[in-house]
Amino acid sequence: MNIKFKTESFRNDYTFKNSAEAIRRFPFPFNEDKYMYSVNMEPHVPAGPPGHAYNKPIDVDEHYVAEMHDRAMVLKEDPLRYQALPHMMAAQWDTLELLMEAQAAGYPEHFTLERNGGQWRWINRPMGIDQTFTFGDASTLPMEPLEFITRQAQGDFVIVDQRDGQLWCDAGMVTTQADWSLDFDIGMNFHEWHGPVPLAHEIGVFDRALKFLLNLQQGKPVRRLNWTMTINPRLDTSPENYHKWGPDRATVTPENVGNKVHLRCELQSLWRLPRSNAILFVIRCYLIKMEELVTVPKWARRFHRVLRDLPPELVDYKGLTRYRPATVGWLSRFDDGQPTSPGIYPE
Amino acid sequence: MLVAGIKSRPVYGGLNVDTHAKRHLFALEGEGALALMDQVKAVGPDFLEHSDILYVAAASAAHEHDKALAKLGADTLWVAPTIPVLLNRLNVMLGQAHMGTHIYLSGTEGFIGQAQQVAMNHGVDPASLHKEHRGSTARRVQCVHCKGITDNVTTSPYTCSACGLPLLVRDHYSRRLGAFQGVNIDAEEPGTAPKPQELFP
Repeated sequence: MNIKFKTESFRNDYTFKNSAEAIRRFPFPFNEDKYMYSVNMEPHVPAGPPGHAYNKPIDVDEHYVAEMHDRAMVLKEDPLRYQALPHMMAAQWDTLELLMEAQAAGYPEHFTLERNGGQWRWINRPMGIDQTFTFGDASTLPMEPLEFITRQAQGDFVIVDQRDGQLWCDAGMVTTQADWSLDFDIGMNFHEWHGPVPLAHEIGVFDRALKFLLNLQQGKPVRRLNWTMTINPRLDTSPENYHKWGPDRATVTPENVGNKVHLRCELQSLWRLPRSNAILFVIRCYLIKMEELVTVPKWARRFHRVLRDLPPELVDYKGLTRYRPATVGWLSRFDDGQPTSPGIYPE
Repeated sequence: MLVAGIKSRPVYGGLNVDTHAKRHLFALEGEGALALMDQVKAVGPDFLEHSDILYVAAASAAHEHDKALAKLGADTLWVAPTIPVLLNRLNVMLGQAHMGTHIYLSGTEGFIGQAQQVAMNHGVDPASLHKEHRGSTARRVQCVHCKGITDNVTTSPYTCSACGLPLLVRDHYSRRLGAFQGVNIDAEEPGTAPKPQELFP
């Protein structure tokens, strides 16, 4: 299956759009008509209807080339979005191997990995890259292995080191984040970097999630969905640039909700790495504008109900305060009160 | 506006002098001197002959804690003119320190954070440092936008000393930077920043 990669932008003129197929494959994050934090992890195994974002362990879609272009622009402006502490080199190679293997296996028409002992050749056709290197020898790549491969893979990537019964955020490539700073959080443990999240600490979510993750096994990745909302299809909603994208939140009117307001879903997958025993945390961002979302009637009804009934702390934390009323009002036109079927997939 | 009341402040467990340690290295700022004196009252003065004290008066100069420290008769006492000068000496001393040396930090949060950074660069596990907060609750804050650091922030919002944006002080602290996080408070509607409130006197 040949993916047709789009030329589109996630800034300035915001030409990003989802094709009809991309809408159907969107990982809609609500499996019922209400939302609260939970340790909603499940095995990361192929699932969903044909074409769904859950079909492949590392998902590549029509936005790949444009997203990689946007990442390169972010890094040019702010190289601190990529950082790795010195003890993470083994985990960097683990990650490079995992992403190259998964992309080559999932999309052989676009990616090829040839291994000849320690000599590897990586071909990335959509980006025009053909790189021969020695696995384990960073001097044979144009940059550190984690930076090299995460400039060629959709989603943010954090490598978490495990020691002293804790997980430590010790390396990452973070350019499509929902308002958190790698530069600030690098070196923090699991509870510290989640410090600003409201409510979840109190209901024990992080204690349970940590316990679960400490026992994560190699070859048995897990996934969960997280979500927020973004005005305009902007990937780089970093705190670093909040003063640049924050004003967009005040631009929503009942007339432009459909095009401006986006549901932002994170497909998070977690992988135990073989050499380093670290955990790779993939945070893959998917955007869908309201007028695209309501083409799936079940999602329109459900998202209307979730957003209408969201606890106030979450409204505040997710930064929805200014535009939630207009969005709920707009969505209400698509909610006829009919029951919705269980699960996240379209009907 | 961002939520207040988030939980990730550092916890300072107290100096708790370990009298069995071979050597004690104290880095104290301002009223941090009183934390050491309270330890002398609590466990007796014997550990002082194995102690090195680095002290900077900072905002507490008027109280002359340096004179009180001198009376303790520790093995060494050195009074620094400024915090950076003290940190520089701490750095050198840690490079020469022997196994079995315990490290004690006391003063404002900003000072503890910076001294801890120095110790971390020597591979000292932050959990093994003895720390006690004393004096002002003023914070050292990093602007998340321009990365500029402002010392002794007592209000929220405050004006970034580097880029001039009005910043909300988040209860989110980085040990690596020794600083809290400052985030533009009126990004969504520039010019609507509320008046600064004295939150960290």
